[in-house]
Amino acid sequence: MIKKVLLTLITVALLLVACTPKSPADPQAPQEPSVLNVMTHDSFDITAELMTRFETENNVKVNIIKGGDTGSALNRLILTSTTGAQEADVFYGLDNTFLSRALENDIFEPYNAPALSKIDARFKLDPKNGGLPVDYGDVCINYDKAWFADKGLDLPDSLEALIDPAYKGLLAVENPSTSSPGLAFMMATITHFGEEGWLDWWQQLKANEVAITSDWETAYYTNFSGSSGKGPQPMVVSYASSPAAELIYAEVELEESPTASIVADDACWRQIEFAGILKGTKQRAMAEKFIDFLLSKDFQEDVPMQMFVFPVLPEAQLPEGFVKGSQIPEKPASLDPALIAEKRDAWVEQWVELMLDN
Amino acid sequence: MQKRPSWQVILLWAIPLAFLAVFFYQPLVAIFRLVFSERFRQGWQLFRWTQVSKPLGFTLYQATLSTLLTLVLGLPAAWLFARFQFKGRKILRTMTIIPFILPTVVVATAFNTLLGSRGWLNLGLMSLFDLSSPPLRVLNSMGAILLAHVFYNTSIVIRMVGSSLSRLNQNLPAAAQSLGASPWKAFKEVTLPLLMPSILSATLMVFLFDFTSFGVVLMLGGPQFSTLEVEIYNQAMSRFNLPVAGLLSIIQLIFTLLLSAMINRVNQPRYGKSAIASERSGLRKAKTAWEKAFVIFMIVTLLLLMVTPILSLVTRSFFTFEAARGERGELQTGFTLRYYRELFFNREGSLFYVPPIAAIRNSISYASITMLLATVLGLLAAYAIHYSGASGRFLEPLFMLPLGASSVTLGLGFLIVFGSSLLTQGRFQALIPIAHALVALPLVTRTILPALRGIPENLRLAAKNMGANPLRVFREVDLPILFRAIAVSLLFAFTISLGEFGASSFLSNVAMPTIPVAIYRYISQPGALNYGQALAMSSLLMLVCVLGSLLIEHLRLPGEEMF
Repeated sequence: MIKKVLLTLITVALLLVACTPKSPADPQAPQEPSVLNVMTHDSFDITAELMTRFETENNVKVNIIKGGDTGSALNRLILTSTTGAQEADVFYGLDNTFLSRALENDIFEPYNAPALSKIDARFKLDPKNGGLPVDYGDVCINYDKAWFADKGLDLPDSLEALIDPAYKGLLAVENPSTSSPGLAFMMATITHFGEEGWLDWWQQLKANEVAITSDWETAYYTNFSGSSGKGPQPMVVSYASSPAAELIYAEVELEESPTASIVADDACWRQIEFAGILKGTKQRAMAEKFIDFLLSKDFQEDVPMQMFVFPVLPEAQLPEGFVKGSQIPEKPASLDPALIAEKRDAWVEQWVELMLDN
Repeated sequence: MQKRPSWQVILLWAIPLAFLAVFFYQPLVAIFRLVFSERFRQGWQLFRWTQVSKPLGFTLYQATLSTLLTLVLGLPAAWLFARFQFKGRKILRTMTIIPFILPTVVVATAFNTLLGSRGWLNLGLMSLFDLSSPPLRVLNSMGAILLAHVFYNTSIVIRMVGSSLSRLNQNLPAAAQSLGASPWKAFKEVTLPLLMPSILSATLMVFLFDFTSFGVVLMLGGPQFSTLEVEIYNQAMSRFNLPVAGLLSIIQLIFTLLLSAMINRVNQPRYGKSAIASERSGLRKAKTAWEKAFVIFMIVTLLLLMVTPILSLVTRSFFTFEAARGERGELQTGFTLRYYRELFFNREGSLFYVPPIAAIRNSISYASITMLLATVLGLLAAYAIHYSGASGRFLEPLFMLPLGASSVTLGLGFLIVFGSSLLTQGRFQALIPIAHALVALPLVTRTILPALRGIPENLRLAAKNMGANPLRVFREVDLPILFRAIAVSLLFAFTISLGEFGASSFLSNVAMPTIPVAIYRYISQPGALNYGQALAMSSLLMLVCVLGSLLIEHLRLPGEEMF
C-alpha cells in the first residue's frame, strides 16, 4: 500500500516535471533565434499575438523578466550590472519618479529612435534619449460615486479641500516608501504646495484621519468602498484609468463606472514610463528593433487594454471602452527630474517621520 | 549521541551541507561582499543606530507575543487531534494547514470581509446592539499582526507536537497514575518532559517564522509597524541603501543563530528510549464531562479562528455582491460561477494570462520536487546531527539559518551568483524548488530530529546482531518509528512550496507561472471580475492544498492500521 502511494506520488511529480513545456526548437527555422532579455515590472502585459509577430519577423525570442515593481526591477539591474551578471538587454517600465536613479547610475545607452520625432516634448525627460517615453498614466484620487451621492456630500474640488473636517477619515493613501502610486501622490502634493508647504498639509491630513496602507492592493481592495472589497473609505489614491478598469472588468454590464477620479489641478501625478537599451548589451541591433516596436502604432494601441495606460504616440487610437471610463486631468502635477533625484529619499524620509511615527 | 564511524558521519553531513553551501551560503556571501564594498559606501552617511534598534525591538516584541499566543492555541489543539476521536476530525485537522499556503494579500481580504469595519462581525454587532459605527477596529493594528501570526503558524505546533504525541507511549503516564500520581502530576512529570523536545522545536520554528514576518506586518499591521525584514526590504528596494540593508540582514541572521543555539541547549533529550510506543493510534472518544467540554471548546475555537476566514473567502468566490454598488441599501447577492468560468478565458488575448490548469500543474510540480528534496536532505541532516554528538548540536543551528535569512538578501544573492552563469536567460525554474527547499529544510530537520532521538539504539543493535544490513535496519527499525515525522515533513515542504515562501519571488516566474502568481495578477488590477477571479484562484489553491495534504496524511506503512 505505502509503496504504491509513494510510487504514484513520485511518478506524478516526475511526469509533471517532464511535461512542462521546454520551448521546442522549430526545425523549420532557418537559424536558431537570438534571445533578447527584457526586464520589466510585474504589471507588464501585451497581446500574445503581437509579441509572436515581433518574434517571428525578427527571428528572436523575447525573454521577459518580471522584476517586481518599478523600483525593485531597477535596483536589480543596477546591482547585477555591477557584478557583470547583467540580466537584460532592454528595460521597460521605468517611471519618472525613478528615472533619475537610472540616469545617475548610467544604465542606458542612448538611442535616437526614429519615432521620437512624433512624440510630444513634455514626455521626453532624458535629453540624451537613454530612457525613451513609451506610455503615461495619471495617479489620481478615485472616489465611490454612490457613496457621495448617498450622503449628499460634495466632492472635494482641490487638494486643499481634503483637510476639511467634512472629509474626516474618508481618504486612503499608500505609504510612498513601499508603494509607487503612494510615491506619485506624495510628489503631486509637493508640486502643489511647494517644498515649504507640503508637510503642513500632510500634518493636517493626518489630523483629518487619513488611512495609510503599505500597498495599492490593500488600499484599493480592503480600504476603498468603491471596489469589490467594500472597505470603509470612499476615496483612495489609485489611477485615473481605474474607473475604466472597473467598467471593463465589471460583472454585469454597467452604464457607467461606479468610481471616478478627482482631476483637480495638481491633484494627479503624471507617471511617464520609459524604455531604454541597457549598457553593455550584446544585442544592440535587436534591442533597437524592440524599442522601435514599443513605439510602433501596434504596440501603442495595445497598451491601454493590457496595462491601462495611455500611449505617447499621438496617432495611436484609443479603444472605446477605455476612453469611456477614463478622465485626463488638465493640469497634472510634475517635477523636474533633477530635483526628484536630489530630494526623493529625503522627502520620503520626512513623510515617514511625520505620518508614521507616533 | 551514539558513535558511528566518523567517515560515515562525515558522509551524512556532506550532502546537506553541500546543498546549503552552494545554494545558501554562497549567495549570501556574494551579496554581503557586494553591498559592503567600496561602491555602495555612501549608504552609511545617513545611518543611525535607531534604524537597527527600533525594528529589532519591535520584531522581538511581536514575535514573542505571537509565539506565546500560537502556543496557547496550538498545544491544546495538538492534544485534541492526537488524543480524541470526533466527527470531522480529519477535515478540521486538514483545514488548519490551509492558512500556511495563503498569500498575505488574500488573507488580508479574508480578514477584511470578516473583521473590517463593514465585515460580517461588525455589521452583526452593529445591528445587534443598534450601533451607528463599527465597534471593532482590528485591522491595521497590533491585534491584526498577532491574529494573523496565530492564524498562519498554529499548524506548525499542531503537526510538530502532534507527531510526538501520537508516538508517545501512553502506558507511561498510565503507569504513573496507577502508582498513585494524580493525572496532573502524571502529565507534568511524565508526559510533558517527553514532549518537551518537540514543543521546543515547534516554539523555535514559530518564533523564527514570526521573527522574519514580512507580508503580515506590511499588509495587515499597516505601515506604522516595521520589523527587521520589512526594514531590510525598505532599505534595499525602496531606498537602495544596500549596506544598511546588509547590516540589518546580518543582525537578523545572528539572532536566528543565537535563538537556535539557545533552544538547543535547553533541548537536551534526557528520556526518550523507553517512551516509544509502537505506532498505534491513541485516539478515543471524549468520556468525562471535562474532556467533552475541552473537545467542544477547542473545536469551536478552531472553527472561529482558522476556518471562518477560509470559508468566507471560498464563499465570496461563489457569490456576487455587484448589484449592491449601484443601488446602495438594497443589498442583492447571488450565487455565481462567473469568477471560475472567467478564469479559463483570456479576454484580452494577453501574453501573461495564466491558464488555471497550467498554474495548478506548475504549483504541484514545484511542490512535489520541493517535498522530495527537502525531506531527503532533512533526513540526512537529522541523522548527521544525531550521530555527531556534541559537535552535532554545535553544528545544528547552521541548518536553521535559512529561516532567518531575509528573502530580499537571499534573492539578490541568487541573482548575482546564478544570474549569468548557471541559469542564463532568466530561466530560474530549477532554482525555485531549491529556494523553497531551503525554507522547508529547517522545519523538516526539526520535525525528524525529536523522533530520531527517541529511537532506542538497542533495537538497532538487535537488528544488526540478527544480520540486518544498515539499509534493512533503517527500513525495519527507524522508518516505522520515524514515519509520522516524515509524513509531517513532506506536508510542511509541500505547503511551504505551494505558498511560495522565501526568496523565490526574486526568481522570475514567467515561464512557469504558479497559482500565487495568477492570484497576484488578478488582485493587482481594479475591477470586480479581477477581484472575484483572485478569490476563485485562491480557492483553487486551497483545494490543491487540501487534496495534497489528504494524500500525504494517507501515507501508511505496510501493516499499519488505518484510522
